[in-house]
Amino acid sequence: MLVQHRQIAPEEWNALAAEPEFRELVAARRRFVIPATLFFIVYYLALPVSVGFAPQFMSRAVLGPLTLAYCFALSQFPMAWILMAAYLWRARRFDLDAARIRHRETHEIKG
Amino acid sequence: MNAQPSLIMFGVFVGITLVVTYWASGQSTTSRGFYTAHRRIGGLQNGWAIAGDYMSAASFLGITGLVAFYGFDGFMYSVGWLVAYLAVLFLVAEQLRNTGKYTMADLISFRLRGRGVRAIAAVSTLAITLFYMIAQMVGSGLVVNLLLPQFPDYVAIGAVGVLMLVYVLFGGMLATTWVQIIKAALLLATAFLLTLLVLAHYNFSLGAFLNAATKVPVLGNATNLLQPGLLYHGPLGAWNLISLGLALVLGTAGLPHILMRFFTVPSAKAARISVAWAMVLVGAFYLTTSFMGLGAATIVGQEHIGKRMYAGQAIQYIAHHPEEQQKLDNQLAHDGYIVPVANNNLAAPLLAGNLGGPLLTAFVAAVAFATILAVVAGLTITASSTFAHDIWFNLIRNGKGDETEQLFVARATAIIVGALSIALSVVLRGFNVAFLVGLAFAVAASANVPVILLSLWWRRFSRGGAIAGMVSGLVSSLALIAISPVAMGSHAIFPLDNPGLISIPIGLLGAIVGTLVAPDRSSEQMFDQLQVRATTGLGAEV
Repeated sequence: MLVQHRQIAPEEWNALAAEPEFRELVAARRRFVIPATLFFIVYYLALPVSVGFAPQFMSRAVLGPLTLAYCFALSQFPMAWILMAAYLWRARRFDLDAARIRHRETHEIKG
Repeated sequence: MNAQPSLIMFGVFVGITLVVTYWASGQSTTSRGFYTAHRRIGGLQNGWAIAGDYMSAASFLGITGLVAFYGFDGFMYSVGWLVAYLAVLFLVAEQLRNTGKYTMADLISFRLRGRGVRAIAAVSTLAITLFYMIAQMVGSGLVVNLLLPQFPDYVAIGAVGVLMLVYVLFGGMLATTWVQIIKAALLLATAFLLTLLVLAHYNFSLGAFLNAATKVPVLGNATNLLQPGLLYHGPLGAWNLISLGLALVLGTAGLPHILMRFFTVPSAKAARISVAWAMVLVGAFYLTTSFMGLGAATIVGQEHIGKRMYAGQAIQYIAHHPEEQQKLDNQLAHDGYIVPVANNNLAAPLLAGNLGGPLLTAFVAAVAFATILAVVAGLTITASSTFAHDIWFNLIRNGKGDETEQLFVARATAIIVGALSIALSVVLRGFNVAFLVGLAFAVAASANVPVILLSLWWRRFSRGGAIAGMVSGLVSSLALIAISPVAMGSHAIFPLDNPGLISIPIGLLGAIVGTLVAPDRSSEQMFDQLQVRATTGLGAEV
C-alpha cells in the first residue's frame, strides 16, 4: 500500500487539484454521482407524492391483489440495488485513476 | 409466559459475545484500536456490522408492527431506510474514510478549522446518539415488560446498559463490530424463518397470502392493508408522508454511529464495498418486514396483538373497566385471554408464537433483546469517541495529551454515557419509541447532512456557514418536534409529525446564509486539499 509520509504544503495541494488527470477524475465521478443522486431522490420522492396526492389512483390493484402503490414501493428495492451495482462497476475505473495519481505523487516525493 | 427459554437463549448470545469481547480486549489498548479496530475490518465484515448497527428494535419490532396495523403506510419506513443508503454510498462513505480520523466532526472540520465548528458538530453527534440510545433502551424495557411481565422494565434497561458497557469498555470497536455481526446474522435468520413460516401457512401461495391481506378485519370491517392511506390520511396526509420520507432518506447519511463505521475499514474501496453489502442485507431484511407484518395481521389478527392478560389478571382488569366488560368477556371466553390495549411492537414475537409455539416466541424475544444490545453498544462507542476525541482531545486539551489519557477519557465517557442513558431511559420510559427515533433522524437530516454535503461540494462554504447550518438545523428540528402532534397531541402548533420538510431546508438555508454573511478565505483555500484527499485517498489515515 502506498502511504503518504510527508506533509504536502498547501500550494502543492492546489497544484495537484489543478492537474488535468485529477480534474478528469473529479468530472467523471460527478458525471455519475450527480445524475444518479438526482434520479434516486426523484424516484423515491415520487412514491410519497403520488401516494399522498393520488391515493385513489395508487390504490388500484394491478398485479393480482397488489396495489400500484405497493408495486411502486417494491420497485424501489431493485432500483436501489441496480444503482448500487452500477456505481460499483463505474467505481473500478475511479479506483484505477485514483491509484495512478496516488502512485505518481508518492513516487515523486520519494524520488 | 415462561421466562426461562428466553433467558437461556439470550444467555447463550451473551456468552458468545463475551468470549468475543475477551478476545478483542487484547487489541483495544490504543485509541486507534479502541475507536477503529485498527482499521482492519474487511468490507464484507463491515457491511454486516453496518446492517447490525442499522437494523434496530425500531426496524424489527417497529416496522413489523406498523405493517401489521397500517399495511402499506408502515412499509414506507422500510423503503426509505433502504434507499437512504444510496446517499451514503454516493456522497459520504468514501469521502469520510479518506478525510476523517475518528469522528464525523473530523470531516466537517477538515477545512472548516475552528473550535466552534468542531464543538457544534460534537454536540449534534452527542444529541443524535443520545436520542437514539434512549429510544433503544426504552424499547428494551417495553419488550421485556410485555413478554416477561415478571421483570420490571428498569431491570431490562439496567441489564442492557451494563452488558453494553462491558462490550465497549473491554472490547472497544472490535468487540462492538463482532457483536453487531453476530446479531445481524441472528436477526436476518429470524426474519427469513418467520417469512418462510408465514408462506408455509398459506401453502406457499403468494396469491392466497396477498388476498388474505386485502381483507383483514379491523374493528369489524374488512380492510385492505395493501392500499395506502391507513396511517397517513386527511388533508395533511400527503405532507406528513413527504416530510417523513425526506427525513428517512436523508437522515441516514448524517447518523454518527453509521458514519463512524467507515473508519474501521482500510480504504475507501472497502468503505464502498461495505455499503454495498449493507444494502443487500438491509434490503433483504426490509423486504421480510412486509411478510412478517402482513403475516401478523392475517394470521395473528390485530385484536390479538398487545399485552395478553390471562385468567385472574384478566378478570381483575375487567372488573376495573366495566364499560368494556361485554367485549372483553367475549374475548376471554373465546381466546382464554384479553388484549385490552393494542401494542403493535409485539406483532413479531406474537406471530412467532402463532407459527412456532412458545419456544419460537422466546427465541424472537431473545433476538429482539440482542438487537437492542448491539445497537446500543455501537451508539455508546460513537458517543465516547466523540467526547474523548473531539471535545476532550481537540477542544479542551488543544491536541495535546497522550494515548493513555485519551483512552482513559474514552472509557470514562463510555461509563458516563452508559449511566446517563440508563438514568434517562428509566425517567423517559413513558415516551413513545418512534418519537425518539424520529428526533434522531430529523436532527441528523437537518443539522448534519447539509453541512457534510456543502463542506464536500461547495468551495466557498465557510466556518460561519457550518455553524449557522448546524445550529439552525438542530434548533429548528428540535423546536418543531416539541410543538408537533407527537409531543403536544391535538393542541399541536406545528401540524406535521416529522419536521423534516421544514427543518431540512432551514438547515440548508442557514448554512448558505451563514456562508454569504461570513465568508472565510482560509476555508476556501483548503477546499483543493479536501477534494484531492477525498477523491484520491492521498494522505488518508491508515
